[in-house]
Amino acid sequence: MTPQPTTPSHGTDQSPGQGSEAAIEVRLRSRPIYLAGTRELVVGLCRRLGFPEQVSGQIALATDEALANVINHGYGRRPDGLIWLKLWPESSPGVRGIRVVIEDEGEQIDPEAIFGRDLDDVRPGGLGVHIMRQVMDHVRHEKRDPDGMRLTMSKALPDPAGEQDQQRESNASG
Amino acid sequence: MDEPTDIQISTEVIGSAAVVRPVGDIDLSRSPVLRESIKGVLLDKPARLVVDLAGVEYMDSSGVATLVEAMQLTKKGGHVLVLCSLTDRVRSIFEIARLEQVFRIEDDLESALG
Repeated sequence: MTPQPTTPSHGTDQSPGQGSEAAIEVRLRSRPIYLAGTRELVVGLCRRLGFPEQVSGQIALATDEALANVINHGYGRRPDGLIWLKLWPESSPGVRGIRVVIEDEGEQIDPEAIFGRDLDDVRPGGLGVHIMRQVMDHVRHEKRDPDGMRLTMSKALPDPAGEQDQQRESNASG
Repeated sequence: MDEPTDIQISTEVIGSAAVVRPVGDIDLSRSPVLRESIKGVLLDKPARLVVDLAGVEYMDSSGVATLVEAMQLTKKGGHVLVLCSLTDRVRSIFEIARLEQVFRIEDDLESALG
């Protein structure tokens, strides 16, 4: 039976220190076919926020991996689970970038039990969490009330001042 | 539940090598198609399996897992897996997963067949 669409218990975000509604919020079913569209949404927003092309692609990859984990593990490949993808351009003083929040109503697991595997053990699967942590500046899993999980990831734009310093050094040495 | 997929995969035998050419993004909805194609090609026990990724603009970890499994299958059969023509975005995920040294990766198909 397909569950009736519900509103997440936190239609307005309750993440600490935020308290504002997401700039973009997408509700999707737990079907892999929807991943391509969400990637395009994320990569397009990141480009508009000023992220370099490669970094925009990597943020979309991290988001894709997070959604795939919800589909595979949270909902056990069940196609009718609900997933909320929320995106915020970050613009707090001194920090510009993007914050991505993914929520679901799937199986809850201990956030402490979520970690990337040893990469020296070459085998299929298990790379998603490693990719998320490698690409994003901040990754936090938590249990959602009353059910499911919430993942918060953020990535800051490269510091323009730092880039200008690097350019000056490059010009001076060249 | 079967998912519609828009990935296209062609296969070709060149000498003693089997060449698999996927075209399209390889993600959770499409990697099972690539997996089945590779497993089908390996039934003929080619001496070398080449996966030409020139037509793949995006790959996630499920695609990488498919290729790791292919590498294990070819090793088990005493054969060789070579990847070639990786786009920058696809190469990036191999670097993030620290797998660029684990696979044999060539710049183009000619080098992969050589």
